[in-house]
Amino acid sequence: MRIRIQYETVYTYATPPRSVIQVLRMTPRNHEGQHVIDWRLDIDANCILKASEDGFGNLVHTFTAMGPIPQLIVSAEGEVETFDTSGFVRNAIERFPPELYLRQSPLAIADERLKALATSMEGDSDHARLHALLDTLHEKLDFDTDPTHGVTTAARAYAAGAAVAADFAHIFIACAREMNVPARFVSGHIALPEDSGVRHAAHAWAEAYIPDYGWIGFDPALGKCPEESHVRVACALDHLGAAPVRGAQTGGDGEALDVRINVVDSQNQ
Amino acid sequence: MSKTRFFDEMNGYGETTRALYAGVADWLKKTPADILATRRAQAELMFRRIGITFAVYGGNDDTERLIPFDIIPRIVSQSEWSALEIGLVQRVNALNMFLSDIYGAREILKAGVLPPDIIYRNAYFRPEMAGRRVPHDVWVHIAGIDLVRTGEGEFFVLEDNARTPSGVSYMLENREVMMRLMPDLFSAYRIAPVDNYADALLAALRSVAPTAARGEPTVVLLTPGQYNSAYYEHSFLADRLGIELVEGHDLSVREEVVYMKTTQGPKRVDVIYRRVDDDWIDPLSFNPDSALGVPGLMNAYYAGNVTITNAVGTGVADDKAIYSYMPEIVKFYTGQEAKLGNVQTWRCREPDAYKYVREHLDELVVKEVNGSGGYGMLVGPHATRADIDEFAKRLDADPANYIAQPTLALSTCPAFVDDSIAPRHVDLRPFVLTGANGVHVVPGGLTRVAMRAGSLVVNSSQGGGTKDTWIIEDTNSNEGA
Repeated sequence: MRIRIQYETVYTYATPPRSVIQVLRMTPRNHEGQHVIDWRLDIDANCILKASEDGFGNLVHTFTAMGPIPQLIVSAEGEVETFDTSGFVRNAIERFPPELYLRQSPLAIADERLKALATSMEGDSDHARLHALLDTLHEKLDFDTDPTHGVTTAARAYAAGAAVAADFAHIFIACAREMNVPARFVSGHIALPEDSGVRHAAHAWAEAYIPDYGWIGFDPALGKCPEESHVRVACALDHLGAAPVRGAQTGGDGEALDVRINVVDSQNQ
Repeated sequence: MSKTRFFDEMNGYGETTRALYAGVADWLKKTPADILATRRAQAELMFRRIGITFAVYGGNDDTERLIPFDIIPRIVSQSEWSALEIGLVQRVNALNMFLSDIYGAREILKAGVLPPDIIYRNAYFRPEMAGRRVPHDVWVHIAGIDLVRTGEGEFFVLEDNARTPSGVSYMLENREVMMRLMPDLFSAYRIAPVDNYADALLAALRSVAPTAARGEPTVVLLTPGQYNSAYYEHSFLADRLGIELVEGHDLSVREEVVYMKTTQGPKRVDVIYRRVDDDWIDPLSFNPDSALGVPGLMNAYYAGNVTITNAVGTGVADDKAIYSYMPEIVKFYTGQEAKLGNVQTWRCREPDAYKYVREHLDELVVKEVNGSGGYGMLVGPHATRADIDEFAKRLDADPANYIAQPTLALSTCPAFVDDSIAPRHVDLRPFVLTGANGVHVVPGGLTRVAMRAGSLVVNSSQGGGTKDTWIIEDTNSNEGA
C-alpha cells in the first residue's frame, strides 16, 4: 500500500512569542514493513532545521524561530510504501536490547488496578496473554478520537474508561511490563477508509518483545495488530520520548493549535 | 551501650593519644570548657553572619538552619592521605570509564560483570545519552566520595556521589572560621591548604569546554534557585569561582547554542556547572513540567556546543546497587585491584542475600538503592521493633530496591558537645575533580559528625554536623605551641 501523509500543525498566538523552540520526531524510517519513498519537513519561519538521531534511533529535527511570531506552521509531508507483516517489526533501527524496555516510564506505570488487570489475562503464553490484553482493552475502553484531547497517565486513562490512542498504548505497555514483557510506545499514522468513523490524527500504538518472534505491534485502540495501514514514525519508552512535537516559547500568550492531517491510500485514489 | 570498641581519631583504641593529635590534645587540656563554649558561639555567629544555612526537607519549623559546627578539628596524616588519594584517583577514573562504556559499547555487560537489568532498569540510567560521547570522556567532573574509617589505616568507601555532590562550601568555610578563631592552634601544625579548591575547580571546568569555544571559555553555575537546600553553596561557589550564578530562565538556546542574558546582550555559554538534577534540566527532553531547566539545552549538549558538568546520566554510577559492584568495576577498567575497599554489601535482589538480610534486620543498615541524604534507610540496632516491622514491609514489597550493610564500627573523633568533650562518629567526604588533564584531589574534605551520642548517621539532613579537616605532615612539631 502506498500512503501519502500531509501533517500540518498551525500555531496562532494572541500575543506573539519572542521565540519558539521545537524538537520534532516526525520523520519515519524504514523497516521490513515500510519503505519511505519521500519525506520533507517544512517550517514557515526563518530558521535552520538541525537533524540528529536520539538514543532510541529516531530521527530528530530541532529549530529555533526568532519572533515576534504571530503564527507558525510546522508541516510534514511524504509518501510511504507499506507491507503487511502481521504486526512483526523486523529490521527496525534498534539501539538497545529488549531488556531496556522493561524500564518504568512516567506515563506507563501500572497502579493496583492495572496490575490486577495484567495478572487476570489468561493464555498459555505471553503472546496469548498479550492478545487477550489487546482484546480486553479494545472492548473495555472507549476510543476518544478528539485530536484536541491530551495524553494522560495509563492509570488515569484506565480509571476514566476513555482513552486517546496514546493512552491505550500506555495502558498496554504498563500491563505488558507488569507481565515482565518488554514493551514500548510507537507514534505514527494510520490510513483508514473515510467511513471508518475514526478521524485522522497522529496515531499511537505499542510494541512488545517476545523471544523467538521479536518485536510485535499491538494497536489496542483499534483492537488489532498494525497492518499495511500503519506508518511507524518514532518509538520510545512512552509518549514523552516519541511525541511528534515538544516545544517551548519565550513570551507570547494565547496559543491556539490546529492540526490538519490527511492520510490517504495514494494508489487507490 | 554497645560493647564494640571504636577506633578514635585522637586516642586510637584508648591507650595513648595519637602523635598527630598531640597539639590538639594539648590545646584541649589548656583550654577551659567555658572558653571552648565561647569559641563555639563565636563560630556560630560567624556562620550566621555569612548566611551559611541548609534547608531540611520534611522539617516543620524553620526551613533553613545552621549545620552544627564542631570546633575540634579532624586530622588525617599526610601518609594516610597519600594512600587515600591514590585510591580516590583510581576509583574516579574507573567511574568515568564505566560511564563512557555504559553509554557506549557496553563492554562490561558483554563480559557479564554486571547483570544488565541493573543498568537498563536503573532510574538514573538515561537512554537519551546512549551512543553519545562527552568532551574528553569526562562524565564525573566533581565527585564526592564518602569514606569511613574503622581502624588504623583502614578506610572504606561508603558511598560514591557522582551527580551533584554538595558540601564543599563547608570544607572552605570551616577552614576560614577555624583560622580566625584558633590562630595559635594553626601555628602548631603544617596544614595543607584547601583554599585553592576554587581555582582547581574553575581550571577543571574550563578544561572541558567544547572545542568550539573561542578564547577563555564562559562558565556559569546553574542553580534551581533559592528554595533549593544547597542554594547557599551555589551562590558561594559562583562567587568564589568568579562566574555567573544563573537560573534556567537566564539561559536560552538558539540554533543549538546556549546564551546567557547579560546587560550587554546575549553571551555564549560554554560550560554549565549545573546543580539541577537531570530530570529538571530540559523540559523538551526530560520532565516537561520543569520550569527550572532550559528548553533545548540537551540538543545544544548533543551537538557538542556546551559542556554540562557533571554530565547527564552520571546517577547510574552512584546508585547503591552499582556501588556493590565497584570492586569488580575498578578491576574491569583499570586491570588492578581496587585500592579503596567497599563496605560489605548484601544485595537484596539476590535471594540468599535477601534471606540473610530479612533474618538480621536488627543488626544491619538497610538502604534504598536510589536513596540519598539518609532518607529511607533503616539502622537496625537503633530502630524500634515497630520501625523494623514497618521497614520489613517495604523491603518485602520490592527487595531489589534495597541493599544492606553491617553497622560499621565507624571511627569517632572528640567533639565539643553540650559542655564537655565526648567522642562522636565521623566520616569523610573528599572532593575529587576531573578535567581534561586528569584527576585532582584537594587535600582535605568535609568531615561530617553525628552529633547525637552513639548515632552513626552523619547526614546533615539528619542532624549531622561538620568539622574542619586537616591533612598534616606526619612528624608534627608542637613544641612551638
